[in-house]
Amino acid sequence: MNPEPALRPLTRQQIAQRVARDIPDGSYVNLGIGMPVLIAACLPAGREIVLHSENGILGMGPPPAPDAVNPNLINAGKLPVTLLPGGAFFHHADSFAMMRGGHLDICVMGGMQVSATGDLANWSLGRAGEPPAVGGAMDLAVGARKVYIMMEHNTKDGAPKIVARCTLPLTGAGVVSRVYTDLAVIDVTPAGLVVRDMIDGLTLETLQRRTGAPLRAA
Amino acid sequence: MIDKFVASTAEAVAGIPDGATVLIGGFGGAGMPTDLIDALIEQGARELTVVNNNAGNHETGLAALIKAGRVRKVICSFPKASHSWVFDDLYRRGAIELECVPQGTIAERLRAAGAGLGGFYTPTAYGTELAAGKETREIDGRHYVFETPLHGDFALVQADRADRWGNLTYCMSARNFGPVMCMAAATTIVQVRQRVELGELPPEAIVTPGIFVHRVAVVPHPSFSS
Repeated sequence: MNPEPALRPLTRQQIAQRVARDIPDGSYVNLGIGMPVLIAACLPAGREIVLHSENGILGMGPPPAPDAVNPNLINAGKLPVTLLPGGAFFHHADSFAMMRGGHLDICVMGGMQVSATGDLANWSLGRAGEPPAVGGAMDLAVGARKVYIMMEHNTKDGAPKIVARCTLPLTGAGVVSRVYTDLAVIDVTPAGLVVRDMIDGLTLETLQRRTGAPLRAA
Repeated sequence: MIDKFVASTAEAVAGIPDGATVLIGGFGGAGMPTDLIDALIEQGARELTVVNNNAGNHETGLAALIKAGRVRKVICSFPKASHSWVFDDLYRRGAIELECVPQGTIAERLRAAGAGLGGFYTPTAYGTELAAGKETREIDGRHYVFETPLHGDFALVQADRADRWGNLTYCMSARNFGPVMCMAAATTIVQVRQRVELGELPPEAIVTPGIFVHRVAVVPHPSFSS
């Protein structure tokens, strides 16, 4: 029995488009490795949005043609990129000063768990024996003015990823501003989690059943 | 007369002793001083502590140094990659130490070392397991973790052009950790693609002033690590 035959969760591409819609003209933005990278190709025409890459780039452009790849021009995922007119290179201490110093307007990262109070877990599954690997996630989490998380609403086995309390190792405490999932857009506010948007046909009750922390309507 | 150029990469890495802390530039392959690393493997120093963003990929560059059994400990932010099997295997066998440090904290610890600071308070990692046991402090309502400077005995860095005073420019995003590593080491060793005459680099375009640089080897066609 399928209790919600009409529901059509957003594809990753559609979530990316939904995030892109909310990024204002003139923003300085860092897009994390993984799903958030899709957002770059969805940014609305006519808006000037400057992309930051942790390895020392502002004004990062799309991937180059195969014959124009330069191994010295790569993104955080170590994939070849280009530089737009007006772009700049700088060293790592400056790049992370841009994050920690609150100069980035928005960062979008993937997430494993987000708590009702905006705690974020997205760097470690906490498995013994695996080497810990954090990269720039903790710097972005504390530094960007707005931290948007882009993720599936539930894990593959149906467990909620929005939870009362994170059980996975934290990336940062109280850092998330908003979560974009394949079902909804949810703000983290001092009054709790507030649903800003839902896919067609979804009720707050159903969304609540798939979520591990209390939700309120906007 | 000042002339920091040396005749070869072998001469550049001479005297690095067993047990040294070596800062190795690069982010993935961009900026990795692969030719200096190859010379260091040839030179033979062992029991090294290496600082890099990653822990090597495939079997070239830093991965080759690790594979040769020369590295006792890696200080990095992100040792996992699809091709990091050399480090991974040693780590799982308990044959190499790892200190995982947030990427911006590595950069700032290096900068602090180069700038003569005793450390700094950062909001990064507060409340996480990477700050476990570290001193914390609340400043104007925000929580911070105290981090200490990260000094190198040597730095191995790849830059683009150099003059005989050791003034450096870099190529695109290969700059990454280079400038802060040059500052943070007692002896900074650089490989550059091109040697230029003193006065040829526009002063405004010099990214690392030669005061931070000690030896420069010219490698016109650098080897590339992924």
